[in-house]
Amino acid sequence: MSPAEKAQGARTIRNAWLLSAPALILLTVAAAGPLLIVLVYSFLLKGQYGNVEWGFSLDGWRGILFTKDIFDDTMVLADAHLTIFWRSVKLSILTTLITFVVGFPTAWFIATRPPKARALWLFLITIPFWTNLLIRTYAINEVLRKEGLVNAVLLKLGVIEVPLDMLYGPFAIFVGMTYVYLPLMVLPLFAAIDRFDMRLLEAGYDLYASRLQVLRRVILPIVKPGIVAGSILVFVPSLGAYVTPRVLGGGKQMMIGNFIELQFGQGRNWPLGSALSMALLVVVMVALLIYVRFANRENAHG
Amino acid sequence: MARQSFSAVRLPGFTTTAVLVFLALYVPIFTLVAYSFNASQSVAVWGGFSLDWYAKAWANTQVKEATLRSLLIAVSASAIATAAATMAALGTTRRKAFRGQTFIYVMINQPLMVPEIVTAVALLIFFAAIKVATGYQGLGYLILAHSAFCIPFAYLPIRARLEGMDLSLETAAADLYATPWQTFRRVTLPLLGPGIIAGAMLAFVISLDDVVITEFVKSGGQDTLPTYMLGQMRRQLTPEINAISTMLLMLTVAILTAFFLLTRKND
Repeated sequence: MSPAEKAQGARTIRNAWLLSAPALILLTVAAAGPLLIVLVYSFLLKGQYGNVEWGFSLDGWRGILFTKDIFDDTMVLADAHLTIFWRSVKLSILTTLITFVVGFPTAWFIATRPPKARALWLFLITIPFWTNLLIRTYAINEVLRKEGLVNAVLLKLGVIEVPLDMLYGPFAIFVGMTYVYLPLMVLPLFAAIDRFDMRLLEAGYDLYASRLQVLRRVILPIVKPGIVAGSILVFVPSLGAYVTPRVLGGGKQMMIGNFIELQFGQGRNWPLGSALSMALLVVVMVALLIYVRFANRENAHG
Repeated sequence: MARQSFSAVRLPGFTTTAVLVFLALYVPIFTLVAYSFNASQSVAVWGGFSLDWYAKAWANTQVKEATLRSLLIAVSASAIATAAATMAALGTTRRKAFRGQTFIYVMINQPLMVPEIVTAVALLIFFAAIKVATGYQGLGYLILAHSAFCIPFAYLPIRARLEGMDLSLETAAADLYATPWQTFRRVTLPLLGPGIIAGAMLAFVISLDDVVITEFVKSGGQDTLPTYMLGQMRRQLTPEINAISTMLLMLTVAILTAFFLLTRKND
């Protein structure tokens, strides 16, 4: 490389940083930077009326799993916390599974339409995706309520005699999350299926494979990256969900997101809230790393 | 009737499932819209067609103020985010890989990876300290927070557009003695235009829809339309919420349709 080319190269790199600077500054000040404050707060003492007091303490982190016994000062497992974590994990896994089970045929259907119709079907999936999450959650409330659509139809058909009480509980949260996060499963699945060479199917059938065998041995392995991407995209926001459990859980059936909020509100335990936030962040980052490693390995093997 | 011929791409039950999924996606939204025209006081009982709830929402000063606040924040934040994202896209695309590039990508996409509740809590703590230190309680915090999380949504379409752009036009301009600024102003920017508009629209919709971060960052009396609605959902529900939702829904669908047509034409 000539010195002139070298200088040119250094200049374009400097330009790259200068041009990216406004975005980087904004994101540091109002997104990534404050996360460090949360990390620091998770190691401080809790203030009496919320906030924190300066002094190192592991109480916040310990408080995730343990609580002080009311009678003596020994630490015992906090059952209430474990219930909330288990509910969050269980509902998130269930949501991921069911969105896959119904999302895969949907993505397949879209990908096998003629090109013009495909754009329209895709647009129909995208509209709910961009529609206000709160409105969509409220729409589910409208459908599940005692006098709602589901009960009205079931009553009319004579399947039930008294309206079902479906709202405000894990079931309603599960239905709500499935509804709001479904597009996040369909879109990456569609992207994977769209790249799939349909001639492989005919090859499979020509070799006397059954439909189930073709699905299991030909289709699923090839669209695997889409499955992993969709699962992460659904699982991560489900685990951190706040709006859906608040609107459909009725306040008592909390998930991690609401539990974190509680610590900054009535709970007045900012260190615990901070430690919970950091723990949630770690879980999400691990999930993303697994995805990145998986995606890279897929690429490496062609 | 003849039996349908064997088709390799058809899988049993898939089309039925897909049709049911599309129904399940749209029926709740249509139910919500339908009940906004309900004459009855309750969200539960159908009492005939009426536009009363729209009139009521329109006359509600809290709704009006929240709407204006939402629009002000969304316009400011999407403008700031789009400007920052355009510059970042120009800086990071169409050049050789360099050290720190991954860092820039991770930073820009960071709002897509970190759970919203975690960012919300972080901003609550951070801005609470600044509010105490400076005494400033205004909308600036919300605009700043929204600008930050809108950046990746503005960045992606702009970057996609840049990557698909033909370099030869810019080279031609430079060959004809255009200065770098002239080339940018007269060639690059007009070509990039649809990408920038698409990015700005996505950023606008994302800002307009945000609930969680806004709920944690806002000071007293700074409700946006979504946080106002969230607050109302704790109380006795009236079809007024449906009317507000429907109006917000219409706005989103209008913007998305424009986005759809805009990006499709360029293919």
